[in-house]
Amino acid sequence: MSPKTLYDKIWDAHVAHEADDGTCLLYIDRHLVHEVTSPQAFEGLRMTGRTVRQPLQTIAVPDHNVPTTEGREDPKNMTEDSAIQVAALDKNAKDFGINYYPVSDVRQGIVHIVGPEQGWTLPGMTVVCGDSHTATHGAFGALAHGIGTSEVEHVLATQTLIQKKSKNMKVEITGKLNPGVTAKDITLSVIGATGTAGGTGYVIEYCGEAIRELSMEGRMTVCNMAIEGGARAGIIAPDEKTFDYCKGRPHAPKGAQWEAALDWWKTLYSDHDAAWDKVITIKGEDIAPVVTWGTSPEDVLPITAEVPAPESFKGGKVGAAKRSIEYMGLTAGQKLSDIEIDTVFIGSCTNGRIEDLRAAAAILKGKKKKDGLRAMVVPGSGLVRAQAEEEGLAQIFIDAGFEWRLAGCSMCLAMNPDQLSPGERCAATSNRNFEGRQGRGGRTHLMSPQMAAAAAITGKLTDVREMM
Amino acid sequence: MDKFDKLSGIAAPMPLVNIDTDMIIPKQFLKTIKRSGLGVNLFDEMRYDDNGEEIPDFVLNKPQYRDAQILVAGENFGCGSSREHAPWAIKDFGIRCVIAPSFADIFYSNCFKNGILPIHLPQEQVDILMKDAEKGANARLEVDLDAQTVSTSDGEVFNFEVDSFKKHCLMNGLDDIALTLEKAASIDTFESKASQARPWV
Repeated sequence: MSPKTLYDKIWDAHVAHEADDGTCLLYIDRHLVHEVTSPQAFEGLRMTGRTVRQPLQTIAVPDHNVPTTEGREDPKNMTEDSAIQVAALDKNAKDFGINYYPVSDVRQGIVHIVGPEQGWTLPGMTVVCGDSHTATHGAFGALAHGIGTSEVEHVLATQTLIQKKSKNMKVEITGKLNPGVTAKDITLSVIGATGTAGGTGYVIEYCGEAIRELSMEGRMTVCNMAIEGGARAGIIAPDEKTFDYCKGRPHAPKGAQWEAALDWWKTLYSDHDAAWDKVITIKGEDIAPVVTWGTSPEDVLPITAEVPAPESFKGGKVGAAKRSIEYMGLTAGQKLSDIEIDTVFIGSCTNGRIEDLRAAAAILKGKKKKDGLRAMVVPGSGLVRAQAEEEGLAQIFIDAGFEWRLAGCSMCLAMNPDQLSPGERCAATSNRNFEGRQGRGGRTHLMSPQMAAAAAITGKLTDVREMM
Repeated sequence: MDKFDKLSGIAAPMPLVNIDTDMIIPKQFLKTIKRSGLGVNLFDEMRYDDNGEEIPDFVLNKPQYRDAQILVAGENFGCGSSREHAPWAIKDFGIRCVIAPSFADIFYSNCFKNGILPIHLPQEQVDILMKDAEKGANARLEVDLDAQTVSTSDGEVFNFEVDSFKKHCLMNGLDDIALTLEKAASIDTFESKASQARPWV
């Protein structure tokens, strides 16, 4: 048999039909659904008299525009249009008999945190969702990617997607990470090296010692931002850490089925002589704590650097950098560590898990946020929130002057009331720094939870290593 | 789905790289449960000021481009969020074709589901089309999907690549789901085999 990559193996195990031109029907094991990109898909099913083919493989949770303040179970405490979308998801989940975690359920949270937490996401699966950060689930050795609403409808109706295979790209992070460097710094640094279109047309497999050393949560952070590098999906070969994480989760297999699953999962790795269409290697020790300075996730530099001059770029990026620097209210040559911030946001599907909160709390313990600064922590799920309260992390955040919120996507995309005002500058642990992403005119600097915590204390972008 | 065959139209130039789907349709307009009516908010934050007034400099506010049916843009068009509201807004505005050196994967796929033709061409050719588009309403680009060509107002012709299956669906306005349901027997067979091999799924 010819050698295969991990992606090849999962792909081959899910082709339900292949046409002569290579167009495939790829079978989907898990379909995650949220309130913003699904109403039109369910409406389409109703209009055509179609039904959900596999409701028990379909999991829905409202996350994008739910408020993160108390009392949100009452629709009166939501804006009218948000309440309509959440009510539509309630109804669609009930009418079509799909698994559902309503706002009132402690297991509610960001769809990409709930899926792994509940054991819906398992190695070797195909996982899709009408959300580009579905890439997160690749951390389990699952083929996971975002789809549009027409495709959501297609998966609901047929449990398949019409796909052509992507190319294989290997991103190897060798050696060890230095203190203060996290999974977020890895994933941002990779995007900095490849650009936001560097992964277009590829599925990226992340590998190497620094990736193997990461926890499952760190691996989720890395894969989460594969989409920011343009890739269809990011994936990491499952290992003992993966199996340990999955074991005992509510929807993970049990008993003999667990053993059978494990036997297959252990075959899920890229053969040593597999062919790659593109290979990138980065030394773990060369990665520093980074922040973004511009309005594209590729605008990333070590915290010790300066805002670059637009002329230092090539082609269309010269104009884009000029526009970014103006939008961000910065000056070329300005030290990144001199940039003062107004707000800190800790949360999102990138960095809203318990380890992220632990890392931020470790920096904040016994300290206060800078006076006048707005700071909030939005746990990724109700269960993450409960655990953080049990571990005393919530109290550390509250004592430091942070708002302690309920779970949701929140200020990552600002569809709920958590938004930046024009010109407001935010240190954020989320994944996109696009113009207006966190609110019209808002200015976003992406970074790790540790770095965001450090920025909260000093009121400016800060090298967390100085606080360790 | 609307068919796409030939298009002769005004092309609006947007010489900006990495135009993301947050720019194309900001999040506050994603709260709809419909597909229609988003055209007025296409590029909302670039197109209107804080008071909701049109920004005259923005390309689609200029008289000569208000009826544009084609957009010419920089590389990595449509990056970011998977929101299909982006192609819905583009289509609702009246644009049926986007030309750029490269597109983000999900956006590219979403276009075909909505009767929009995304065309990727080498940067040098996009540069020529951008210059042509800058001439305004007198310069109409011609797009022929069957022949896979784009022609400038000066008669220069560029060939483009498109996946044969996607082309077939777009030219005939085919519904993907109906096509897939014709292969339901293959899905049944796959499911019955998979339930043996991977019963935990």
